[in-house]
Amino acid sequence: MQIGLGTYLALASVLFTIGAIGFLTRRNVLLQLMSIEIMLNSVNLTLVAFNRWSPGAPGEWMLQGQVLAFFVIAVAAAEAAVGLAIIISLFRLKNTVESDRADLLRH
Amino acid sequence: MSGGGELVFLLCGLVAMVTAVLTVSAKNPLRAALSLLAHVVSLAGLYLTLHAHLLAAIQMLVYAGAVVVLFIFVIMLIGPSGMKPSDNPRGRVLRGAAALVMAMVGASIAFAVAATQAPYVDLDQCRDGSAECGQFGGVDALGDAIFSGAAVPFELVSVLLLVAIIAAVAVARGHSPEEKKALEGRGKAVE
Repeated sequence: MQIGLGTYLALASVLFTIGAIGFLTRRNVLLQLMSIEIMLNSVNLTLVAFNRWSPGAPGEWMLQGQVLAFFVIAVAAAEAAVGLAIIISLFRLKNTVESDRADLLRH
Repeated sequence: MSGGGELVFLLCGLVAMVTAVLTVSAKNPLRAALSLLAHVVSLAGLYLTLHAHLLAAIQMLVYAGAVVVLFIFVIMLIGPSGMKPSDNPRGRVLRGAAALVMAMVGASIAFAVAATQAPYVDLDQCRDGSAECGQFGGVDALGDAIFSGAAVPFELVSVLLLVAIIAAVAVARGHSPEEKKALEGRGKAVE
């Protein structure tokens, strides 16, 4: 089996699909947030894989993909912090972390 | 790709897929968080096969060291009382249909991109074991790329993290009795 760029991309798309299915089917907000993390990680994997197959030359590496992945990690950390704070706030308000109980705007 | 790299890829890829499935399917959120931990560790292994050494280290530090710990902290803080799954059958069909559509879309994308071909580029290794050889994806090379090509976004990220910290504290903290009274008054005015 030849492992190339396509193998990494296929793996990343499978991981993204798993995360998306988790986000769509789970009602626990914590698990939905974890699914988002899985999706962000899979996108990072595509960025790093693309970067690996166009690396530039020694001394003048092209590392834009890894730099972008670095920023995605930073934004994901900020997103997790704010998301978990919102979950704690929701739990204070509703005593639950089920997303279908957060229906204040529906009534 | 060298034989060792292939083995690491197969192992880490398999672990990443299995633990991702375990994360989204776990009944117990704590198990899901631990599966997520194994998932991010296996992704760090995949980054190593792609010569992204610094990114693998950052992945371990930020995800395994901070994000997963934060998840576990919140799960412990909330406790099992808030985690009871609701038995509301509403939207079950819709959720199943959404999952099915997403699975089909994902499978088609996976089969489409799996045929991607790109010429494999061999990368020089640090032969003398020195840390300053500036190899692809190392601290030297990536640090240079960030600070010469993306210095302003890098500084903006620090502002973003500061804003996120302040926002997290402001959203998650409890309210004093006076504040609660004021908030309740505002809620009544809205109603």
